[in-house]
Amino acid sequence: MKLELRGITKTFGDLVANDAIDLVVEPGEIHALLGENGAGKSTLMNVLYGLYQPDDGEILVDDKPVSFSGPGDAMRAGIGMVHQHFMLIPVFTVAENVELGHERHRFGFLNRRAARKEVREVSQRYGLQVPVDALVQDLPVGVQQRVEIIKALIRDARVLILDEPTAVLTPQETDDLMEIMRSLKEGGTSIVFITHKLREVRAVADRITVIRRGKVVGEASPTASSAELASMMVGRPVSLEIDKGVARPGDEVVQVENLRVVDQTGQVTVDDVTFSVRAGEIYALAGVQGNGQTELTEALVGLEPIESGRVVVAGQDVTKAGVDDMIGLGVGFVPEDRVHDGLVSSFSVAENLVLDLYHSPPFSNGLSLDLDRIAQNARDRVEEFDVRTPTVDHTASTLSGGNQQKVVLARELSRPLKLLVVAQPTRGLDVGSMEFVHRRIVAERDNGAAVIVVSTELDEVLGLADRIGVMYRGKIIGEMPAGADPSEIGLLMAGTARDHDKEVSAP
Amino acid sequence: MSTATMQSPDELTVEHVVTRAPVSRAQRWGAGIALILIGLLTIWRFGIDGHHDQDAKIQLGATGAAHVPHFSIPAVPVAWVAGIITVLLGLLWLAVPRRRWFGLIMGIGIGLFVVALICWLASASSSAFVDVVGLLTSSINLAVPLILGALCGVMCERSGVINVAIEGQMLAGAWTSALIGTVVGAAAGMLAGAFAGALLGALLAVFAIKYLVNQVVLGVVLNVLAAGLTGFFYDAFMQPHTQALNQPPLLDPIKIPLLGDIPVIGPLFFDTSIIVYITYVLIVAVDVWLFRTRWGLRTRAVGEHPKAADTVGINVLGMRYRNVIIGGAIAGLGGSYFIFEVGQFQKNITSGQGFIALAALIFGRWSPRGAVAAALLFGFASAMQVTLSINAPAIPSTFVAMVPYIATILAVAGLVGKVRAPAADGEPYVKD
Repeated sequence: MKLELRGITKTFGDLVANDAIDLVVEPGEIHALLGENGAGKSTLMNVLYGLYQPDDGEILVDDKPVSFSGPGDAMRAGIGMVHQHFMLIPVFTVAENVELGHERHRFGFLNRRAARKEVREVSQRYGLQVPVDALVQDLPVGVQQRVEIIKALIRDARVLILDEPTAVLTPQETDDLMEIMRSLKEGGTSIVFITHKLREVRAVADRITVIRRGKVVGEASPTASSAELASMMVGRPVSLEIDKGVARPGDEVVQVENLRVVDQTGQVTVDDVTFSVRAGEIYALAGVQGNGQTELTEALVGLEPIESGRVVVAGQDVTKAGVDDMIGLGVGFVPEDRVHDGLVSSFSVAENLVLDLYHSPPFSNGLSLDLDRIAQNARDRVEEFDVRTPTVDHTASTLSGGNQQKVVLARELSRPLKLLVVAQPTRGLDVGSMEFVHRRIVAERDNGAAVIVVSTELDEVLGLADRIGVMYRGKIIGEMPAGADPSEIGLLMAGTARDHDKEVSAP
Repeated sequence: MSTATMQSPDELTVEHVVTRAPVSRAQRWGAGIALILIGLLTIWRFGIDGHHDQDAKIQLGATGAAHVPHFSIPAVPVAWVAGIITVLLGLLWLAVPRRRWFGLIMGIGIGLFVVALICWLASASSSAFVDVVGLLTSSINLAVPLILGALCGVMCERSGVINVAIEGQMLAGAWTSALIGTVVGAAAGMLAGAFAGALLGALLAVFAIKYLVNQVVLGVVLNVLAAGLTGFFYDAFMQPHTQALNQPPLLDPIKIPLLGDIPVIGPLFFDTSIIVYITYVLIVAVDVWLFRTRWGLRTRAVGEHPKAADTVGINVLGMRYRNVIIGGAIAGLGGSYFIFEVGQFQKNITSGQGFIALAALIFGRWSPRGAVAAALLFGFASAMQVTLSINAPAIPSTFVAMVPYIATILAVAGLVGKVRAPAADGEPYVKD
């Protein structure tokens, strides 16, 4: 099936998300749509899938114009989509999720046997192995993604849109996915592969269309170098390496011993974790999302109660310390969800910049806030961290993701720190902001702080870390020096220990 | 292929990604200690302090009816045995809590307490007796409106709309049933009651789904509206013209041939009014509908993750409208039940039963079967209250009436494991 988009334009208020975009997907090709976060890729695909109505332009399927008023129309036209955030119902089984919306039934009564059979058939035909009767919430994300793909294939999708499909996958799962993509292509299915990861594009795409700020800026061939693709994507030459000198580790600042965290449902999220970080050292925690990194960082900074074990920061036992104590000790924290946990979106930039110290001099005299000082502080920080905001009185919600992250960093780094904990420092940021954030993290290390970085991006871990710990099911299952073999880290992220090629099982 | 999925070529074995602690601390200690306390209470109050000189006289049918089976058992030994077993069950649970046994252990424990309590009541004096079939019959009668209300709640909340207005829907149904029942007849009255409930359901649906009003506030407002309107119309029209407007016929029990003749079970289930039979059908229908039909699958999808449902072409808002309106009709029928049992509309005749239906829904974990079980439990507690006030006036019967609701609060607090509402319950769905 040939798919063509002509002059698609979509605006949200003043924001032009898609500006006259043309795109042709030939039958049986893998067409990569490359662009930074916020470049308009997902908007374009949501238009194609009938979730958004375009303001202008047309969609042609096999050279015939079509219009989609909803996803149902798009599916009937042979377009399937795997969303970045899976559209699966966690408490349904795989079969129920797949058949939802196109159920096998007799007079309205579900025919579960036929549904299961159908899922098994498609699963076998395309080599997509899934457990038909398992609940989706019990499956690893890589398998959930296969369920999504089967969902599209069972509806006879001939063009499959994959929206940032590798964001949540381990390197091994990513390889599996690419294998699946190739075999789908051989079977005649066209694939639109949306991503901002250059390595993957070069590995699997037949053709590459680069989008920047809502416009198509050009096509590239997969033989182009990463640097060329990156500069097309960003619009200027960028350095993909993280500049950093040799670490000069000092004394141990953080000691974590046998830390165990249990969440409200009684689930063990951090399981017997022991590690230490020295001053002037970046310790990176690698791992697939949801393996206890979030809970570990939150427990470290006093946001989550510790079930058992001990945390010592700068010689003080802080196992039972609250957030206030931790701030007083010189601990900085950049949470992974900056919009919900890092900022108060409806507060101004200036207010957000003093959330940690508003109650103490010089910002407060005990009775009232010194608004002039707060404003002056904000202007200084905005300047120093290059936060792009019209004024410091604009609310944090009006800022782009990169600038919000700079506000959080500006607040946390404006105190003298002994320990900095940064979770997912560059998630959702454009390449320009990424460079800046990485530079500031390295600078903090060189100032003598101990730094803990949590990241699911392997490149970021490898670029920043002086030492790497890999988390899997709440445990640190391996520690490696900087410059370790990425494929070995990848294997650890999937829970496979290095010496004995076996599953590491949690009790 | 990732290492996690290589084991077998055909079917993939799923290993759980998370390690679950089997039973929460609150559940382990709370349930264990509760059982031991119940056991000790049984031994002390009904055993040591029991009526040593009397046997318990149990009757399986009303006095005066022909051939009522009856027997006597010594009450004190029963209490001792029941109490000791309950304490042992509590200790067993503390030692080896297993989630699978929870329902069984708690059920046996509470059941034994109830048996000891009934024996104690039936041995209170030489003339005291307890009619178990009568007790159960009135439990069912008291539970029917709760069941209908809770089924309404299941329909609404499984599709993602919180319905706090069950009380108002029942009240509107009751008023309309009384009016139409008097003027036209019982069957028309029931239909009209269901229609009034559906109308209020439609109002809830429009404001909750289209205008995105906070659903809890909206529900409270609708309850006040229903109470106000029915109260006003009652004062203005019904009361002055009771004969013409508020004299609906009572529904006679219909005895089903053969089934109705089975001892104990027959009079209990198969010699009752048409609304109760409709309730039986609705219980099965809602359960089948929710878990075995296309509509039910889609309803649950819409209540769990509306966006996912939307992306596979399901009309999310349409599903919600239909479910909320049908749910309203069921609650309205629950309102009619009051009328055709009592025979007249009175102000606020539902007296909070709609809220108790809501409690049954939550206690029953948003499932039709659970809700029915909870409603029966609540009905039994109310029926017990009446028996208690006759046989043991010393015990404050309101205290007994309170017990099921304390149980609900404890259940919601997590003692019965995780009580989980549909993920999108109360969340309006707005397309961006």
